Amino acid sequence: MNQEQIQEQIASRFGAGAVQAAVMFRDQLTVQVPADQILDICRFLKEDPELSFDFLSFVGGVDRHPQTPRFEVVYQLSSLKQQHRFRIKVVIEEPEKGLAAVDSVTAIWPTADWHERETAEMFGITFKNHPDPRKLLLPDNWKIHPLRKDFPLYGTEEDTPDLPA
Amino acid sequence: MGIERHLNDTVHVTNLEWLVNWARKSSMWPLGFGLACCALEMIATFVSRYDLARFGMEVARPSPRHADLMIVSGTASKKMIPAVRRIYEQMTEPKWVIAMGACACTGGIYKNYAVVQGIDRHLPVDVYIPGCPPRPEALLDGILQLHAKVMKEQSIHNPRIGKIKVVER
Repeated sequence: MNQEQIQEQIASRFGAGAVQAAVMFRDQLTVQVPADQILDICRFLKEDPELSFDFLSFVGGVDRHPQTPRFEVVYQLSSLKQQHRFRIKVVIEEPEKGLAAVDSVTAIWPTADWHERETAEMFGITFKNHPDPRKLLLPDNWKIHPLRKDFPLYGTEEDTPDLPA
Repeated sequence: MGIERHLNDTVHVTNLEWLVNWARKSSMWPLGFGLACCALEMIATFVSRYDLARFGMEVARPSPRHADLMIVSGTASKKMIPAVRRIYEQMTEPKWVIAMGACACTGGIYKNYAVVQGIDRHLPVDVYIPGCPPRPEALLDGILQLHAKVMKEQSIHNPRIGKIKVVER
């Protein structure tokens, strides 16, 4: 099944509003879906026999600072049964206080666990209902989100000390 | 020397400091410890083509308590530093440190928040070996420089034991 057909499957199952935007760039289609429907859409993509996306290649984040809405979470899907791939993303706004949040897809693809932990620490995006929300790569005492566009590359003595205090 | 000839060359007279230094540099055991890609060059130095065993250094010790020399081979990330310092503190005196490669010397190309900008911020480094990574010949040269340094030390009258402390920051 090609990418346009998969996009039509999502639109026919969840309504035309489920496809908020679709961008084709160098033969790669990226479909933006509503953040509050991400669990339902992912479950459909995995369990529908014609789609059967049984493998989640990666979960990643994008920081569009200073644009708003600021963050994107990208899901690259792959199907070993049907031999096709698909990319969806959700767009989330940074709230006034606290961190942006989106539902975790760990319940659908267990491999999302570490991908979401890395995205969470690097961009400061909370994954709701994540089974193990610790940091993955950074030291536990750091409170920074290094892949954000406004992060100073060299860090500071206060934020990124050589040694834990 | 008179006394040696008198005893038919069955004894050899030297000074004790020279002998201690000679013993230390002739069997200086490195710690089997690699942080990044420089470790592969270090491994190449150990095996038969470059053959570090020529200098009595072929036994890379897995335990820091057996080792005399820490070769910091590669990029030291800040998350790794507590472990590196702990290993250094577990080594028995006298002990030496070689900073191998651009990353261990200065942070190298990784001028960012996650990498220590030179291992000398935390350990007292004896010899710096630049290069990215240094070739085995460079590591051998650095080790020979360290041997020459050990031979100049006042191991009896002014020992380094206990004098070199880990830099506190």
